[in-house]
Amino acid sequence: MNNDFLIRFCDVSFRYESDNETPLPLAIKNINIDIKKGEFVAILGHNGSGKSTIAKLSNAIILPETGKIFVDGMDTADENLEYEIRQKVGVVFQNPDNQIVATIVEEDVAFGPENLGIEPKEIRQRVDDALKAVGMYEYRLHEPHKLSGGQKQRVAIAGVMAMQTDCIVLDEPTAMLDPKGREEVMKSLLRLNREMGKTVILITHYMDEAVKADRVIVMNGGNVVLDGTPKEVFAHEDVIENAGLELPDSAKLALMLKKKGVNLPDGILTPDEFIEGFKFSVSGGALN
Amino acid sequence: MIKDITIGQYFPGESFIHRLDARAKLIVVFLALVEIFLCKNFLSLALIVLFAVVSVAISKISFKVVFKGMKMIYFIIVLTSVLQIFYNDSGTVLLDWWKIKITTGGIFTAVFMAIRIITLILVSSLLTYTTSPTTLTDGISRLLSPLNKIKVPVDTLAMMMTIALRFIPTLIEEIDKIMNAQKARGADLDSGNLVQRAKALVPIFIPLFVNSFRRAYELAFAMECRCYNGNNKRTRMKQMKFSWRDAVAFVVIAVMLAGIILLNYFFGAVI
Repeated sequence: MNNDFLIRFCDVSFRYESDNETPLPLAIKNINIDIKKGEFVAILGHNGSGKSTIAKLSNAIILPETGKIFVDGMDTADENLEYEIRQKVGVVFQNPDNQIVATIVEEDVAFGPENLGIEPKEIRQRVDDALKAVGMYEYRLHEPHKLSGGQKQRVAIAGVMAMQTDCIVLDEPTAMLDPKGREEVMKSLLRLNREMGKTVILITHYMDEAVKADRVIVMNGGNVVLDGTPKEVFAHEDVIENAGLELPDSAKLALMLKKKGVNLPDGILTPDEFIEGFKFSVSGGALN
Repeated sequence: MIKDITIGQYFPGESFIHRLDARAKLIVVFLALVEIFLCKNFLSLALIVLFAVVSVAISKISFKVVFKGMKMIYFIIVLTSVLQIFYNDSGTVLLDWWKIKITTGGIFTAVFMAIRIITLILVSSLLTYTTSPTTLTDGISRLLSPLNKIKVPVDTLAMMMTIALRFIPTLIEEIDKIMNAQKARGADLDSGNLVQRAKALVPIFIPLFVNSFRRAYELAFAMECRCYNGNNKRTRMKQMKFSWRDAVAFVVIAVMLAGIILLNYFFGAVI
């Protein structure tokens, strides 16, 4: 087994159980994804594209119908490895209210390590470190229900951090947050990835979050339709639109201007890149 | 309106009582409750009332707050004591009219009962006022841990209690939201007779129920992701340690017990 890959999806299909006789269609179809250690991967997709299913498959909460998933070489279908796998891959869900267990922030963060049977002193250390990593240390004695959405979601991330997983999978963690909360969460995630070397898999439908990733995977109808760096992926405007998604705002504007004949460089994804490109074109490119 | 409900409210502090070990506090409160029922005359009752009042004073929680918390149960106190007046016909007869007979014995019992109930509530509410819900649950589960041997799932029960406490504010918030949503669609929640008002609550509780099930599913997933399985050997971040304070509390409650028994013995029973 190649050790560079933390999570490997090999020809994985999955379908949810149906309430009646007719089985539901496959939620994901024969997909192959390899995630390297230390990568920041964004998985994009419209509702029902199968992107959330990936989160639950990645730490053995659900098992594939066909195909295999390996986490650090361990088969998720092996029941004996369930807890080892969950110590490698932590998952944060969409609604922060529904994943906080305790009545005090630090006790909630301690929940994971407590389940693992870690020594009390060590738990204390891990909880403090995790809360500092997401910038919530001052709030350690607060009651979770008095925090804002972004703060709650950071507590949930700290809860996974305290288990010292190598990889953290987030299933639309910002979908229920306001812009400020989204920014807080993104900042924490980038820090975990860039400074602490954690592998981050961010499942989202916000394009501006995806452009910050090292790698973007686009899902449509249970298939992987695009996989590459943000610049490579967002160059395929037609495939993105087919998947029910839109280009990032800056990319969309650049494309529209280009169609009108303004000379802009390729691969503009962020507002900063747009401004740079536009300055360049005004000062030289566009005028001739 | 719903937010005024204060079940097991906790007032953080640093007093002697706050810093007692939760297990010690539970045992002492339990013994105090037993002692309240052991009191047979006004002298022993006075002793336990003194204990309760001094405890509240030490906890630095204002008496105003404590008595405000009792507001809801004044009715029960009055009802119980009034009933006592008619059930006891010992002593001198003060009033004898038709079937109603009021005696000094009845009045004594009524006053005794009222004081007893108030002290009871005073002592037990002091427990929740000075202990955070999580610590309290933790203390209960540790005290009951011997029951694990006869296969009572103590830790699981404690976890259920923690989650219930954790979701009270979340659900209250949700009720508020649903009520506003239904009002915005013209639901009339505040008028009509009792039956109509009760009926108006149906469209509030159905969404609340459905949402609670959804929450439960998601929470279960999240807990599984964090390696919870209900029967593994969990450790706890916060260790509980008995200190000299707990020893003091035990001595006080033991001396009280002796005092009450002696007072009962030497001064006879009124009740």
